[in-house]
Amino acid sequence: MNSVTNNFEALFKKAEEFRNSLGYSEKIRIRVGSATCEHAAGSYTVYEEFQKHILSSGRQDVILEKTGCTGRCSCEPIVGVFVPGKLPVKYQLVKRDSVHKIFMDHVVGGKIVQEHLLDKTPDSCKYHVLMCDGSGCGGALEGGLRFQFEMRVAESGLKPDEVWLTSIGCLGFCTITEKKEQTVQVMVRPDNIIYRIKTIKDVDDIIENHLKKGKVVQRLVAKEKPISQRFYNLYGDVAFFNKQTRIALRNAGVVNPESIYDYLHYKGFLALKEVLEKNDPEWVVKQITESKLRGRGGGGFQTGLKWTSARKAKEKIRYIICNADEGDPGAFMDRSMLESDPFSIVEGMIIGGFAIGAQKGYFYIRAEYPLAVERINHAIEECRKHNLLGQNILGSNFSFDLEIRLGAGAFVCGEETALIHSVEGERGQPRVRPPYPTESGLWGKPTVINNVETFANIPPIIVYGPEWFAQVGTKQSGGTKVFALAGKIQRTGLVEVPMGTTLRNIVYGIGGGPAGGKKAKAIQTGGPAGGCIPEKYFDTPVDFDTLGKLGSIMGSGGMIVLDEDDCMVDVAKFYMEFCQDESCGKCTPCREGTKRILEILIKITEGKGTEKDLENLERLAKLVKKTSLCGLGRAAPNPVLSTLTYFKEEYLAHVKHKKCSSRKCRSLIHYEIDPEKCVGCTICAKNCPVPCITGERKEVHVIDTARCIKCGRCFEVCRFKAVKKL
Amino acid sequence: MCAHQNTQQATDNWKEVKEFAKKALPEHIITFIEECKKEEHPESKLIKVLQLVQEHFGYLATTQMDAVAQLLQVPMAKVSGVATFYHFFRLVPRGKYLIRVCLGTACYVKGAERVVDKLKEELGIQFGETTKDGLFSLEGTRCLGCCGLAPVVEINEEIFGQVTPDKIPAILEHFSEKETEKQ
Repeated sequence: MNSVTNNFEALFKKAEEFRNSLGYSEKIRIRVGSATCEHAAGSYTVYEEFQKHILSSGRQDVILEKTGCTGRCSCEPIVGVFVPGKLPVKYQLVKRDSVHKIFMDHVVGGKIVQEHLLDKTPDSCKYHVLMCDGSGCGGALEGGLRFQFEMRVAESGLKPDEVWLTSIGCLGFCTITEKKEQTVQVMVRPDNIIYRIKTIKDVDDIIENHLKKGKVVQRLVAKEKPISQRFYNLYGDVAFFNKQTRIALRNAGVVNPESIYDYLHYKGFLALKEVLEKNDPEWVVKQITESKLRGRGGGGFQTGLKWTSARKAKEKIRYIICNADEGDPGAFMDRSMLESDPFSIVEGMIIGGFAIGAQKGYFYIRAEYPLAVERINHAIEECRKHNLLGQNILGSNFSFDLEIRLGAGAFVCGEETALIHSVEGERGQPRVRPPYPTESGLWGKPTVINNVETFANIPPIIVYGPEWFAQVGTKQSGGTKVFALAGKIQRTGLVEVPMGTTLRNIVYGIGGGPAGGKKAKAIQTGGPAGGCIPEKYFDTPVDFDTLGKLGSIMGSGGMIVLDEDDCMVDVAKFYMEFCQDESCGKCTPCREGTKRILEILIKITEGKGTEKDLENLERLAKLVKKTSLCGLGRAAPNPVLSTLTYFKEEYLAHVKHKKCSSRKCRSLIHYEIDPEKCVGCTICAKNCPVPCITGERKEVHVIDTARCIKCGRCFEVCRFKAVKKL
Repeated sequence: MCAHQNTQQATDNWKEVKEFAKKALPEHIITFIEECKKEEHPESKLIKVLQLVQEHFGYLATTQMDAVAQLLQVPMAKVSGVATFYHFFRLVPRGKYLIRVCLGTACYVKGAERVVDKLKEELGIQFGETTKDGLFSLEGTRCLGCCGLAPVVEINEEIFGQVTPDKIPAILEHFSEKETEKQ
């Protein structure tokens, strides 16, 4: 045993003692979501209201805590109530007014408040059995495990609603070392026990003893805890979550992001300990290379290769930078990780720093994320306090420190050479590569830049091994990817799935499909640099290469679902406005090209376009793609080119027939009042800002289309559906 | 290697420079710059310094940028270059409440444009302008990362989610009432 181990164990012991002193096992815990999105939804006031209730009730056995966000955005604020020995309960859309009822009925009275439940757990459910569907498990028993379990539970005489069976994404059991033979994992909640099953007799044993008599079948119990156990124990009953595989987001919504002790409890800094104990940077790089981890910032460059080339540099002063300048509109996974699990990013960076031989690391975070900055700042200070940063970390001979640098709102700073300039205090403009930053980066020194999500994946790879990580994903790309699912979809939020999961599975399986029974038309992936993928390709497995082939990119993982109401020309215009505005102006193709492309798109949406414009548009877009200096310009035409490829007919309708089929382009639509439906209620005339609607009370109204500004107000307020958008 | 960056000696009128800076900048920013100069690469803190200045004054005026340039010993051209390059910096004063409408994709497809129209109509100003009473400024902003709550409007770090044009008057009233109460 060396001093690193001793120091770590002392720290771990301290953390456990602290946690035990809070008496978690016998107290009721109320956990309120606390991240930017949760706050926006009103979780501050909910937290305060719970505080008041606990104080005035005088209860000593109730703990109120903050947790990050799990990524179930449209249901926030989310509040968890955990009573020892009972299934964890989560409430959604909790407002100040509902706090009282939850506190009185549930915390005091022990009765679950049904109307606020986040996905309903059957009321009488005593046990919840989760069956792993991961690639390492699944289908090992004859006829499939789920089938066997269902059949036997039905035959056993247990009431059907007493035991609830669910298939889940992956428990991550394939992570652990005790696996020697093919077994299937099931988890039994609320006891939070994982069984490894080999035969049908095992299934019967669990049903007979555990589910019927409440006795744990010791011989089948797994000794080690897999990566997702905690997550599934808390969220295993929520449909949005249990189809996911959580690695990068393993702690989001599970740990208290402001507590280093909490992080330590969930295997935090164990990877760092292992790395420092071995004291072999080459070994670390080898682990990362074998894991097939590819950069999650968008480019998909192999992280192991990047680290190797930095290690090879002659210069010994080296830097490591975390790119947390999440500028893609529609992406918020980095923010969520920074806010919900800051310590894991810090740990990933320290390990990265050790592997490449850096002395210093920089967090480049955008200033638009004040809470993320605060949490990372806090995490860095805590780490310094506990000797996890600074001189001789954990008593090893490795010294390393971190500093935060704030971005100031420039999308191009996501490009690594531009980012380096920004850290240096310059305008964030890119330069020609090579030399690559790994040879000559920050102040001319070898520099590795990785994305937040990449760093979040480092600790689990070290703890659970690269083989496991590699087998989660596809052949070319290991692990999972987090997507920010938003737009026209029922369940918006963060989705983490293995590489190779199909788009359809994400949109329909997890996201629940578009809202209001509408049809999804396309998915826009990768932000302004990505393309639109039409519905007919939804069965494509998601990976860096497959998306590239479809003319889009993985990007940092934004995923915006578009439905029939969205005009693809308009979407292309939106992204081009963004890129044109964010073009730094250094190279001509991007500076001038994006401007001219935008002009053509505006012309088309205004109904002034010609077929010649479409030709020019395509030619120009291809030129900009080919000749721009950096990734911004090279990818900026993607939304245009992909929509031209897949939705050519929409462009043609705009230029030939001057029609916008989704009725989005204002210049191409007009409003009329259907005389058969109009009852003369005057509400449209009252709301018209121009005003251009005339008509007497109880008589048919008429819109003067010459004066109409097409604001659509009349269309919205009419209760008789008499106003028509044509 | 960067010892030459600590260029207190580079100017022969250092005393006057400091006098000038003292008038233009508050104490804590001067101290911050001096702290920076003790470390390597002080010029790399330019963005941070400008952020502090903007936090204090609400915008960046020429005198302040000039003072920063002198104290940090970087050319004024670079300071104004940085100040105009990044969206975050403003060169004109803004209202007491800064209204920033998220123009990210999710907000866009969920109707942020109509929220913008309503705000412009209610306030009688365009993007980048301030109301006559100096209370509200209006800006568009890049994705605020609350896509699940789209469309989103941020007013002085307070975030409003799922905003529809109908909700705008009430939100604005909330802030103007706050002001009248204070008076």
